[in-house]
Amino acid sequence: MVNLGTDEIVKYPFLAEAGKYLNDKGFSLEQFGTDPDLKKIVDMAFERIKISTEGKIYSSNIPQSDSSLPMEVFSFLIAVILLKLTGMNTLIRRFSLAEARRSERFLEKDLSNYKDKTKEQMALKIMHDLFSITIQKQGDDFIIPASNYLKHSINFYEREWKLVNRKINNGSVFLTSHETVRLVRKEIDLYISSKIYSANTPEMIIGFQEYVNKLRTLAKKFEVKIVESSEYPPCIKHAIEILEKGENLSHSGRFMLGTYLLAKGQQVEQIAPLFKNAPDYNEKVTLYQLNHLAGKSSTTQYTCPSCEKLKTQNLCFAIPECDNIINPIQFGRKRV
Amino acid sequence: MNDKDIKLLEESFKKFYFDHFKLIHVPENPNQREFGFQKFNSGMSRHISLKTDKELHLLLMQKIPSDIYCSNACYSFPNLPMNEKDWKNAELIFDIDAKDLGVKSRDTHSCIKCTECNEIASLQQSCPKCNSNKLSKITLSCNDCITSTKTQVKKLKEILINDFGISSDSIQVFFSGNEGFHIYVNNSDYQELGSKERAELVDYIMFRGVIPETFGFKKFNSGKTSLPEFGESGWRGRLSNAIYGSKSKRTQVSRTIISSGYAAFQKQLEMLKDQIGVRIDPNVTVDIHRIFRLPGSLNSKSGLAKIIVNDIDKFDPYVDACFIDSDDVEVVANCPIQFSLKNKKFGPYNHETISIPKYAAVYMICKGIANHT
Repeated sequence: MVNLGTDEIVKYPFLAEAGKYLNDKGFSLEQFGTDPDLKKIVDMAFERIKISTEGKIYSSNIPQSDSSLPMEVFSFLIAVILLKLTGMNTLIRRFSLAEARRSERFLEKDLSNYKDKTKEQMALKIMHDLFSITIQKQGDDFIIPASNYLKHSINFYEREWKLVNRKINNGSVFLTSHETVRLVRKEIDLYISSKIYSANTPEMIIGFQEYVNKLRTLAKKFEVKIVESSEYPPCIKHAIEILEKGENLSHSGRFMLGTYLLAKGQQVEQIAPLFKNAPDYNEKVTLYQLNHLAGKSSTTQYTCPSCEKLKTQNLCFAIPECDNIINPIQFGRKRV
Repeated sequence: MNDKDIKLLEESFKKFYFDHFKLIHVPENPNQREFGFQKFNSGMSRHISLKTDKELHLLLMQKIPSDIYCSNACYSFPNLPMNEKDWKNAELIFDIDAKDLGVKSRDTHSCIKCTECNEIASLQQSCPKCNSNKLSKITLSCNDCITSTKTQVKKLKEILINDFGISSDSIQVFFSGNEGFHIYVNNSDYQELGSKERAELVDYIMFRGVIPETFGFKKFNSGKTSLPEFGESGWRGRLSNAIYGSKSKRTQVSRTIISSGYAAFQKQLEMLKDQIGVRIDPNVTVDIHRIFRLPGSLNSKSGLAKIIVNDIDKFDPYVDACFIDSDDVEVVANCPIQFSLKNKKFGPYNHETISIPKYAAVYMICKGIANHT
């Protein structure tokens, strides 16, 4: 695991063992609720969470001396305590993403630090130890094995991350430092959020209640109501048309149609007649297969394939109304 | 398929296996593979474990399968149900099939078979006998189709080696036993990739999902667009060859592309997909739990063998993969198309009783256009 220097712990506070860190520095949680000098750290922690809910990134100044170190790291650790006490997942998700983006900036800078090789080495080591990415530098290019790239890039829906839109040669993908770090944003986010989720929730600390109440009020802002139209997406319409014409719908097309309609709450008996016109229709087989998809005759309940997968299978017939959804079951769903 | 047909096919397949055990082996790590087989006119048996060539050969002799398959995946428990198998890794496999290539002459060697009344006729929309539109299409051997699939295999190999860094020693090409090729990549870094990652490889190989920016086209500042040059690696180089034609035309073509705008270039890239992308079957590569026809075994769609291809240019599937013997057999054939096997022409036949070599009889029975008398 990475050995952290003073500088790194400020940049990547989520790598610190929270309880141990506070103890080592000679503090207890209770002190933060009562000691007026430490209150400003709780204020900072609150601010750090609040900023994350606004989609912004908490900015900090890298300390030149050790004296300002605890503020930076403590505000992160206390923010985690506040989040645990508040218990609102929406805040945790927003906070971990914002913190991931914050650390991205430092990682990117360190990766291209030509003057200080130790910073570069530390950034490379973090990428390797935490996210299993082995990076080779060649001039301004950051080179990672294609198989490695794919494991991370599949988290992105933007086309620029598709392998076909990357420079690749002899099994290596060529990236800029910005892209290299951006590649692991989701993993940093997950790393931070899983650390928060797995941390113990302390008893309410005197002096923290007011912050917790404010955060709960803040979280209510993000409650959303969703309305859904009953219209089928174009891929499903297309599949139904094919069946109505008595033409052959591919196995993956049938899988998509079955899983979609099941996800929309239809029963196997309602769905089966749709396949009546298929050239190879057999009622018994159709019912068996639909029951299998529904998880009635197996332990797995199958879900509708993603839009990306349907594109690969030539089953996607996107229209503007699809509006960048990532799964057909989201079609027609709107937040109000 | 009637009982007499099945008897002939089983006898022929059994003889082939008995005479050619040397062609058919369990793959590497056999105890981690899932095997499956089908008998003629019967369903699939899957989740079978075979550990040695001896066990495999015994199964072939005892069950006389019409088709036998093996997973490209390795599992901790290959004979348990799918969600308990514990998937470890799987070789990359690509399938190139003539039916997906849109070969122009394909219709001239295809016919229809009515699934209601079994009538066979030249290509048409509905059955000339009972008017049903529930038809299956039957396609017979054709050199144009094989030549087109070979071209795709060569394009694929070039990408695998140059772009993905796979050594040519790790790539094996097999004739599928019917109308295409299976390309296996052994011992590569890509073996541990899941289905989603393989879908990305597929899109790369098929040149799908491309955006103009990849080729230097600036959406909001087209004046600063710098399109690829000849000799560049990867798709930039291949695109240059396709759109410019020759070096002298580069400047003119670039200018036209830039002045036509972003959307037009996007459309052009999409149109080029079928021309420069490799036409693999995407579903095959992304399915990491699939079982594939075992190399060396016969394909019940044709009676031809799935065999390794060492020199793709010289390979002739209708000679090199045809192993059934030449003893004469009597069949009633209804085959509106002429075809060629072992350099000998057969057909067309119009409900005729004929005596032909067993390999041709087996081929026609497998295709559903003849019956054993």
